[in-house]
Amino acid sequence: MSSYWTLISWGPEGWLDDIFHGVFITVALAAATLPVGLAIGFFVALAKQSREPTLRLAGNIYTTIFRGLPELLTLFLVYYGVQIGIQELVRFLQPGASVEVNSFVSGMVALGVVFSSYASEVFLSAFKAIPRGQYEGGYSIGLTGGQTMRLVILPQLVRIALPGLANLWLILLKDTAIVSAIGLSDILRQTGIAARVTREPFLFFGLAALLYLVLAIISSIGINQVERAVSQSEAKR
Amino acid sequence: MTISKLLLAATAAIAFSAGVASAQETLKIGTEGAYPPFNNLTADGKLEGFDIDIANALCDEMKVKCEFVTQDWDGIIPALQAGKFDAIIASMSITDERKEKVDFTGKYYNTPSAIAGPKDSDLKGVTKADLAGKTIGVATSTTHFNYATQTFTDSEIKGYPTSQEFLLDLANGRLDAVEDDISVLEEWLKTPDGACCKLIGQPEPQPVEIFGEGAGIAVRKGETDLVNKLNDAIKAIRANGKYKEINDKYFTFDVYGAES
Amino acid sequence: MTAVTHTVDVDDIPPRAREWTRERIVGTSLLGLWLIVFIALVVYLITAWNPELFQRWAPAYWNGLVTTLQLVFVSIILGAILSIPVAYGRMSKNRVASALAYAYVYFFRGTPLLAQTFLIYYGLGSFRLQLETVGLWVFFREAWYCAILAFTLNTAAYQAEILRGAIQSVPKGQWEGGAALGLHNLQILRKVILPQALIVALRPYGNEIILMIKGSAIVALITVPDLMGQTRLAYSRSFDFQTYLWAALIYLAIVEALRHGIEWIERSLTRHLVR
Repeated sequence: MSSYWTLISWGPEGWLDDIFHGVFITVALAAATLPVGLAIGFFVALAKQSREPTLRLAGNIYTTIFRGLPELLTLFLVYYGVQIGIQELVRFLQPGASVEVNSFVSGMVALGVVFSSYASEVFLSAFKAIPRGQYEGGYSIGLTGGQTMRLVILPQLVRIALPGLANLWLILLKDTAIVSAIGLSDILRQTGIAARVTREPFLFFGLAALLYLVLAIISSIGINQVERAVSQSEAKR
Repeated sequence: MTISKLLLAATAAIAFSAGVASAQETLKIGTEGAYPPFNNLTADGKLEGFDIDIANALCDEMKVKCEFVTQDWDGIIPALQAGKFDAIIASMSITDERKEKVDFTGKYYNTPSAIAGPKDSDLKGVTKADLAGKTIGVATSTTHFNYATQTFTDSEIKGYPTSQEFLLDLANGRLDAVEDDISVLEEWLKTPDGACCKLIGQPEPQPVEIFGEGAGIAVRKGETDLVNKLNDAIKAIRANGKYKEINDKYFTFDVYGAES
Repeated sequence: MTAVTHTVDVDDIPPRAREWTRERIVGTSLLGLWLIVFIALVVYLITAWNPELFQRWAPAYWNGLVTTLQLVFVSIILGAILSIPVAYGRMSKNRVASALAYAYVYFFRGTPLLAQTFLIYYGLGSFRLQLETVGLWVFFREAWYCAILAFTLNTAAYQAEILRGAIQSVPKGQWEGGAALGLHNLQILRKVILPQALIVALRPYGNEIILMIKGSAIVALITVPDLMGQTRLAYSRSFDFQTYLWAALIYLAIVEALRHGIEWIERSLTRHLVR
C-alpha cells in the first residue's frame, strides 16, 4: 500500500491533481452561478415589492417552490426533467436529433434558481430598508424610474444586502457538493473516487472538508475587502 | 467536450446533426468507472478494465474512434437516452426490464452472481434460510439488487451507489454478506483489502428473468444500425482471437459462457 | 363662517379602472406562465398515472417519509441540547472555551453536510479496530446512527449561532435590571432574557428545521432509506420521471406546512407586541 504522501502527491500516482481539478470545477461552478443567481434574485425581489399584485404573486410562487424543494431534488429535476423536456421538444421538431444539456449547465441552473430564491428575500429586506424619500428625491430631480433605480437605489441596496448575500455565497460554495450526484467532477466527487479506489476514506473526505474550509476562509477575506470598499463611500453615521 | 446549445441555436445545429445518430467517426461510450476488473478509474484519471479493452477492440473492428464518458450507474440509462453518449459498455446485464428502455446487442460476457462474506462468517450456504436475519450489501439498480430484494426477504438489504462502497463496508464489518458478479468479488478478494473475506457461494438457481442473458452493450431504442455493427464486431473479435487475448489478461476462465 | 345649511349628495368619484400598466402586463404574463407549468404538471401526472407504480411504491414512499421525519426531529432535538454549551462557549470570556466553540462552529458551518456525513460514515467507519477497542463500533456500524450524529453535530453549530444571536439581541438593560432585582445570572436568563430571545429566534429556528428536512435528502447516499432514497430507487427501477415529481410535491407540502405553522406560532407569541 503506497504511503499517504504518495497518495496525495501530484502526478500519475497521486490524486492531488485530480482533486485540484475538482477545486477548479467547484469554484468555477459557484462563480458561474453567482451573477445569474444575483440577477434573477434582484428581479424577483423587484416583483415581490411591486404594487402590482400579480407580480407579487408570481414572485412569491417562484420563491416558495425553490426554497421548498431540496436542492438535490431540484438538481435531479433540472438534470433529468429539463433534459427529457428539451429532448421531447427537439424530437418533435426534428426527429433523429438530440440536444444535450451538460451537467455543468444543469448544476448552474439548479443552484442558480435556489440561490436566486434566497437572494430575493435578502434583496427584499434591503429594499424595505431604503426610505421612500430616496425614490422621491430621484423623481424630483427628473430621473426616470430606471435611472433612479440604477443611480440612487442600487448602490445603497448593495451595501445593505451585502452581509446577507455574503452568507448566501458561502452556502452556495457548500451546495456545489451536490453536483457530485450528477457526475460533475467537483471536490466531493473527486475525493470520493480517490477514497473509493485507494480505500482511504478518512484521508480523502478529511481533505475534502479541509478544502471547503479553505475556500470559505478565502471567501470571507474577499468579502471583508468588498464590504470595506463598499462602505468607504458611506457617510459617517 | 460538449457544450449545451440553447434551443434556438440548436435548431440550426439540428440540421447538421439530423441522421447523424449512428454513423460517426467517434463513438461515445458511457461507462461507470467503479467496477473493477471490468471498468475502473486509476489515479491519473484514466479508465481501465475488461469493458474498456473490449470497447477499444470493438472500435478497432468498426474502424471508429472510442471516446469514453464516465457516468454514475444510477443515471447511466437516462444519460444514454439524453444523448450524453451513444453506447453503454459497463457490464450491463441484458434484462427485459431494461429492454423496455434501451436496445441491446448480444452478450459479450456472462458470469454468475456470487455472495461473499467475512472469513469468520458462520454462513453455511447462500439460501434464503441461511441468510435470514443477515445484512446484505448490494449495488442499487443492478440485477443483483433485484435478485436480493426478491429472494432474501428475511434479510436486511442495503443499497449502495457502487460496489466499491459495499466492499468498503464489508471490510469494516458493517455487512454480513455482499452480492455481486463473481469476477468482481474474486478480483477484490485478491487485493489486500479483500484479505478479510472469502467467497461463500453462488445462489441457485439464477433465473434468466432476473439476471438476464449476460452483459451486453446498450444503445438508444431504434438504433438497429449501431446494434448490428456492434454485434458483427463482437463476432469478429471472438473469431480472430482478440477476445481470448483480453479474456486471458483478466481472468483464468472463459467469461463468455455458453454460446447463446 | 356661515354654517352649512344644506348638503348636497355627491357620489364618490367612481373608482378608476385598473389600467394595464407595464407591471401588470409582465405580472399577468408571468402568472400565465406559472399557470401553464402547473396545468402541464397536472396533465402529465394524470396521463402518466400508473396504478401499478403507485401500488408498488406508495408504501416505500411512506416509509421513506417516516424515516426522513424521524431523522430530522431526533437530530434537531439532540442538536438543540448540544447547542447550549456551544452557545455558552461562544459567548464566554474564557479564551479556551471561546476558541473551541468558535472552531467547532466554523468547521460545521464551513463544510458541506454531505462531506461531514461521508467523513463520519466512511471515514470513521474505516477505524473499526480502534472503535471496537473503545466499544463504540456498535454505534458507528449503523448508518442510521452515523446519519444522526452527522446531522446533530451540524445543526448544533447552526442552532448555537441562532441562540447566541437571539440572546445577544436582548438589550443589556434587561440583564442589568435583573441584577438590580438581586436575581442570579441563571435566573435572569431563564425568567427575563430567554422569553424575549426566543421570540427573535423563532424564525431562524423554523428555517433551520426546514433546511434540515431539505438536507436530509443526502442520507440516501449512505444507505439510509429516506424519502429521497426511495425516490431514487423507484426511478432506477421504473425510469418513470413522475417518481421525482411526487417526491417534489411531498417535500413542498411538508415545507409549506412547517412554514405556515411557524408563522402561526410567531403570530400568537407576538400578539402582545406592537410590530
